[in-house]
Amino acid sequence: MTPTAPDMMSPALIVSSIAILVTMMLALVRAMLGPTVFDRVLALNMMGTKTVLLICVVGFLTGRTDFLDLALLYSLMNFIGMVTLLRFSQVGHFGKLSETMESLDQGVFAAEDGSNKGGDSS
Amino acid sequence: MTALVIISWFFLLCGSFFAVVGGIGIVRLPEFFSRMHGGGITDTLGAALIIIGLCFAAGDWLVVVKLLMILFFLFMTAPSSCHALARSALSQGVKPVLEIDSVRKSSSLIDSVQKSESSQ
Repeated sequence: MTPTAPDMMSPALIVSSIAILVTMMLALVRAMLGPTVFDRVLALNMMGTKTVLLICVVGFLTGRTDFLDLALLYSLMNFIGMVTLLRFSQVGHFGKLSETMESLDQGVFAAEDGSNKGGDSS
Repeated sequence: MTALVIISWFFLLCGSFFAVVGGIGIVRLPEFFSRMHGGGITDTLGAALIIIGLCFAAGDWLVVVKLLMILFFLFMTAPSSCHALARSALSQGVKPVLEIDSVRKSSSLIDSVQKSESSQ
C-alpha cells in the first residue's frame, strides 16, 4: 500500500516496535511495584501512549494504514480515562464539588497506601 | 526515496531510544515526581520522534495528515494529564523527597494548593 519499499523500512519498524514493547513492559513493572496509586496511574498513562504508538508502527509494518484511525481514537479515549480516574481518586465521586474538601481530608485512595506517602521505592 | 528512508530510520531509532530511556527512568528513579519525568520523556520525545519517522515513511498525504493529527492530540493531552496527575498527587499529600529545607518548602506549597482549592 505504501510506495516505500517495505524491505527497506521493515527492520526499523520491527526495532521500534520491540522498543515500544520493552517500554510497555517496564511500565507494567512500575504499575505492579508502585507504592502510591499515582505511580500506577502514571504507568497506565504511559501504557496508553505506547499503545497508540504500537498501533501506528504495526499498521505501517503490515501495510494497513487504516490502523491510524484506531490509534487516533485510542489517544482520545486514553486522555478521557486518565482524567476520569484522577478526578475519582481526588474527589471520590463524580459530582458534588462542595464535598471535595471532605473527601480530600478522608483520603479516598490514600487509605490504601498511607504508610508509603512520598514512597521511596529503592 | 532513499533519503526519505534514511531520515525515517534515524527518527525511528532515536524515538525507540528515548522510549526505552523513559521506560528505564520510570522503573529506576527514586520517587514519584522524578518518575513523572521518565513518563514525560516517553510521552513527548519518544512519541514525537517515532511519529515523525513514520511520517517520512508514509507515501500518502492522507496518512501524513492522520499521523500529524495523532501527534497533535498527544501533544495536547500528555501535558494536561501530567499536570492533573501532579496536582492530584500534591493535593493528596505525596511530597517530593528532597532535603529537609526543601521538604519544608514543598509542604508550604501543598498548603497553598489546598487553599486555592478551597477558595474555588
